[in-house]
Amino acid sequence: MLKNYPTLKHILGRAGWYFVTFLVAITINFFLPRLGDANPVDTMMARVSGGLDSASAKEKEEAYLKEFNLIEVDDTGKVQRDAQGKPVRTSLPKQFLNYLGMSMRGDLGTSILQHPKRVSEIIRAALPWTLALQLPTIVFGWLLGNVLGALAAYKRGVFDRVMYPLALLASAIPAFCFGMLLVYVLGIRLEWFPAVGGYDEGLTPEVSWAFFSSASYYYVLPFLSVFLIVVGGQAIGMRSMCIYELGTDYVKYAKLLGVRESRILFYMFRNAMLPQLTGLALALGTMVGGALITEMIFSYPGLGMAVLTAIQGNDYPLITGCTLLVTICVLVANFGVDIAVGFLDPRIRAAQRTGK
Amino acid sequence: MKLLKNLLRSPSFVLGMGLFLLTLLFALFGSLLTRVDVNTRVGLAYMPPSSEHWLGTDHMGMDMISLLVAGLRSSLYVGFLAGTVATFVGTLIGLYGGYKGGFVDDVLTVGTNLFLVIPSLIVLILLSASIENGRSLTLIALIIGCTTWTWSARAVRAQASSLRGRDHVALARINGYGTVGIVLMHIMPYLLSYIFMVFILQMATGILSEASISMLGLGPYDSISLGKILNEAKTNEALTDGAWWAFAPAMVLITVIVFALYIINTSLEGVFNPRLRK
Repeated sequence: MLKNYPTLKHILGRAGWYFVTFLVAITINFFLPRLGDANPVDTMMARVSGGLDSASAKEKEEAYLKEFNLIEVDDTGKVQRDAQGKPVRTSLPKQFLNYLGMSMRGDLGTSILQHPKRVSEIIRAALPWTLALQLPTIVFGWLLGNVLGALAAYKRGVFDRVMYPLALLASAIPAFCFGMLLVYVLGIRLEWFPAVGGYDEGLTPEVSWAFFSSASYYYVLPFLSVFLIVVGGQAIGMRSMCIYELGTDYVKYAKLLGVRESRILFYMFRNAMLPQLTGLALALGTMVGGALITEMIFSYPGLGMAVLTAIQGNDYPLITGCTLLVTICVLVANFGVDIAVGFLDPRIRAAQRTGK
Repeated sequence: MKLLKNLLRSPSFVLGMGLFLLTLLFALFGSLLTRVDVNTRVGLAYMPPSSEHWLGTDHMGMDMISLLVAGLRSSLYVGFLAGTVATFVGTLIGLYGGYKGGFVDDVLTVGTNLFLVIPSLIVLILLSASIENGRSLTLIALIIGCTTWTWSARAVRAQASSLRGRDHVALARINGYGTVGIVLMHIMPYLLSYIFMVFILQMATGILSEASISMLGLGPYDSISLGKILNEAKTNEALTDGAWWAFAPAMVLITVIVFALYIINTSLEGVFNPRLRK
């Protein structure tokens, strides 16, 4: 049936692959934190049990066990008990199934640190910040890096000799080091930009001019610290790609024919772009990781900060919620790049047409 | 010998190797510069650099130089161990899949791509967070190695599969060599230089990963690392107190090592690949 729609078939195939990846990711996300002996209920009990007698402590523990889906509950919501009156623990595989079902419904459990608050609520507040920071930095950084890299390869000379070492250095600086440097120099020493946070303290996130202008003022430093590093890394890749392209026969032939320089540059750019796009797909995970840590340096109210506070407070549901969401975002972005490569790469297009 | 001569003729290799050896020397003999260990308080918190303590003190009043030496040692150790593990695992999977081809290769490739897409930092966070007690430096290095091998497997696989159709491999097969024999004796020797380059990059990745994970507060409990120095400086307000000496030297060290490893890698590419040689 799909034979007549090769593009659709390609997209569906990739979608299927990413779905499998997602399943693996969610499995890892569930089982890795449970490798250790960490248990949310113990953490909760340690926080609240002071001053409780043993009976009410037990009651409280059971309530928490129920809340975190660690014991069996019948249809009416009553706790199932064994012969000794102890609550029946849910087996790990069954916990996993429950977790899968809950995650599919968008329910990521309850946060320990900010108890009755739902993890999904916290993430919903943090996600827009992370997306607003990372999406433009990576997209524009990638574009600018590619243009600079191509120019350096084409022009050579002084431009190349200045840009290349700078780009190498930029790509070697860990994102968080650069972030700390910017905080210290531009934020604290020179006081040009606010050093930490996402917006002025008196404001609350809303759609208003005051909030928007404050947020964009706070946006500058975190943006710069990720942006420059992405530009550097991409420029290096593009430069070597273009140097290779410059030596190919089609460029020499075009030059002999007297084709306009801008036209040759365009051809070269188009050809070197594809591997760069695939490279972007491969590097996305690392970039997002680096940017998450940068968020922490700036106490930016995004997912990175949420992960940091969650780690400090042993808030396992929040940690796994955040990591799951970051993974999903990376997978979706990768899927997008994959589809884009499919449309842009003539080889894949041809394979689609012939139905291979 | 000829290789060495070629290497020394490449200015970026000399620069990279020089920088790397310099940090190595500092890690090995830096403790001679200061006679205090990392557990002795030598003064107040965040004392600025002085003739006695060249880089001042940290928030606990420890000598920064001795902390940096200890941190650098751990970071290099993590880089080396994580790099070795990652290169070993990646090379093994890449060589085997690339040589075997067919179904085995498909399975390995799908698996590699799977873990390539899932950010390694995420897996690292999940693993480290689950090990609450006993997160030692060695364990962290091993975990990093086990989460960052993916791209080297991918790179080595591509190289190995291009070698698999060569005549000498076919001859070896006719002569009755087993898979292990062919991979080790007839494919790997061609890729040794490549694998070495992969190792250099994996080392850089290992050092960066350790620093990242320490920044998150998931660092080793038993040693000081450069990432941990940065984390402590950040959490103890070194930035707002203007105590640049508590974080800037550690930052410079990490950047210099990674930069050195990067340019060693690119210069090796030029030396090992005769087509790129001028």
